[in-house]
Amino acid sequence: MKILVPVKRVVDYNVKVRVKPDQSGVDLANVKMSMNPFCEIAVEEAIRMKEKGLAEEIVVISIGPTQAQETIRTALAMGADRGILIQTDERVEPLAVAKLLAKVVEEESPELVMLGKQAIDDDSNATGQMLAALLGWPQATFASAVEKEDGSLKVTREIDGGLQTLSVSLPAVVTSDLRLNEPRYASLPNIMKAKRKPIDTKSPDDYGVDISPRLEVIKVSEPPKRKGGVKVETVAELVDKLKNEAGVI
Amino acid sequence: MKNPFETPERAAFRDSVERFVKREIAPHGEDWDEAGDFPWELHEKAGALGLFGFGIDEAYGGLGFDDAFMRLESGIALAYGAPGGVNASLGARNIMTGPIAALASDAIKAEVLPGIVSGREGGALAMTEPSGGSDLSRLTASARRDGDTFILDGEKTFITGGMKARWFVVGARTGGEGFGGISLFLVEAGTPGFTRTALDRKMGWWSSDTASLHFDAVQVPAHRQLGEEGVCLLAIMNNFNYERLALAAGCLGMARRCFDDAVAWAKQRETFGKPLISHQVIRHKIADMSARIDALHAYLLHIAWTLNEGEIPAAELAKVKFTASQTAEYCASQAMQILGGAGYLRGQAVERIYREVKVMAIGGGSEEIMKDLAFRQMSL
Repeated sequence: MKILVPVKRVVDYNVKVRVKPDQSGVDLANVKMSMNPFCEIAVEEAIRMKEKGLAEEIVVISIGPTQAQETIRTALAMGADRGILIQTDERVEPLAVAKLLAKVVEEESPELVMLGKQAIDDDSNATGQMLAALLGWPQATFASAVEKEDGSLKVTREIDGGLQTLSVSLPAVVTSDLRLNEPRYASLPNIMKAKRKPIDTKSPDDYGVDISPRLEVIKVSEPPKRKGGVKVETVAELVDKLKNEAGVI
Repeated sequence: MKNPFETPERAAFRDSVERFVKREIAPHGEDWDEAGDFPWELHEKAGALGLFGFGIDEAYGGLGFDDAFMRLESGIALAYGAPGGVNASLGARNIMTGPIAALASDAIKAEVLPGIVSGREGGALAMTEPSGGSDLSRLTASARRDGDTFILDGEKTFITGGMKARWFVVGARTGGEGFGGISLFLVEAGTPGFTRTALDRKMGWWSSDTASLHFDAVQVPAHRQLGEEGVCLLAIMNNFNYERLALAAGCLGMARRCFDDAVAWAKQRETFGKPLISHQVIRHKIADMSARIDALHAYLLHIAWTLNEGEIPAAELAKVKFTASQTAEYCASQAMQILGGAGYLRGQAVERIYREVKVMAIGGGSEEIMKDLAFRQMSL
């Protein structure tokens, strides 16, 4: 089985982002960038499947600026086999990403596309679902466990009410949730070996996909500052405050 | 500060070491230190990460390359998140693999290095004696040739990693006085006449298996002499330079940890109706710590660059060693002051580091010896 793992370069999860003064977005100057944590989980799951003998090749793909190559290298250092960078400095939206990925799937014919459920920058949670729709493939989102069965995958999903188990026939799209696994850190020998693994560089035009944004960002602002709470002495006081101050009952 | 020597591989390695420390050490570190021990498995995990392979051929399980910046990064990250004792026990082997790689026969390298570099086995360097440490030229342990063996007698002490190591590189006198009469031997734990005692009542580095070693007519096969009498000390001296880099990197990690913990506390703790960090006197402490940390980092980066150029900046390594231990001591002291009573309680990093800074000013060449060495290098 060949597994395609799309990965995204995002602001590192430890960074406290600042909104730009003109409210056009967040300030990315001198900010540490890393692989989206959900993408890391997807890479880890693919590698574990390969280590179990369930997959032969893991191809990692990223769409973004030149530096997204470093994100691909991270995945190669973890254990993926080769990379594809679709290079663009434009802002890419989930639909454009899904369309590009669909083209890559056509070319590469993987049996499984394993990707993060969402990226921690815009939290869209849409690419996997859109890709499955474009391909006409079954999808299992928010996976917390993935098991290979004959010609299908048994996927446990985290849903609001608990856990749901699906059987999806292959080829399929699976998106990873937080508890699917704990991604490994790359060893130094593997970091050095990853330098020699191939990365193909492409452009959106190579795939004939129009990536121009469909969405317009009007304003980005900080969440409102949280005000300190108060302690109440009695239930009656609580009800009074909820009714007359908060106006919620 | 922006690092002009950053590469994607160095960034990736730093990221891996930080994750390793955060995941494998930080959750247990303070408990391990209190207990005075930690699981051997950690050595193997650190070995798999590549922490012990710098400058060692791939044929012997090493990395097949060296990079002073990566040595620096790993030293900083480990000292930031791991108790000094854990860090010292892991790193002890790094000062004994150098002489083996430089001096030993291929057969000995193949026998010894893979186990040590992978972390399956421990190794320690045994030079310091009860009668002297930094003054190596006067060491008194002796090795007398007897046919195909050497008969080793003497005492070694303050040997980091000494209780658990399988292999020891031991300095002993085979000739006359001074450096010229010293030879190095590879000695295996369990050899008849070789015993060890734990030094477990220490001010810090509790989780380090520091030992005193006793050699009572220990027979060492002649082929386990590393290099030739007198000449072998060059390898040890070169080794000391990397040890100084590692210790200075550790001091930087400790200083950064003190800084971060002090800032976090200063933001949270309120006095006189406002957070500590709003008080000018605290802000000045934070600025002073930050400036010294930056200066040390810049100094270390420049030295790492020089080492990568193939030079041995002995004077700068001596100066950075005491600059680093003084920086760590300063930051530990200021951080303790900012934490106040909370800093005086056991079970958190600043209190531990406050105790550990002293060993950084003594071990691997005391501040006084480093200053003297630096002065002599100035040719004044």
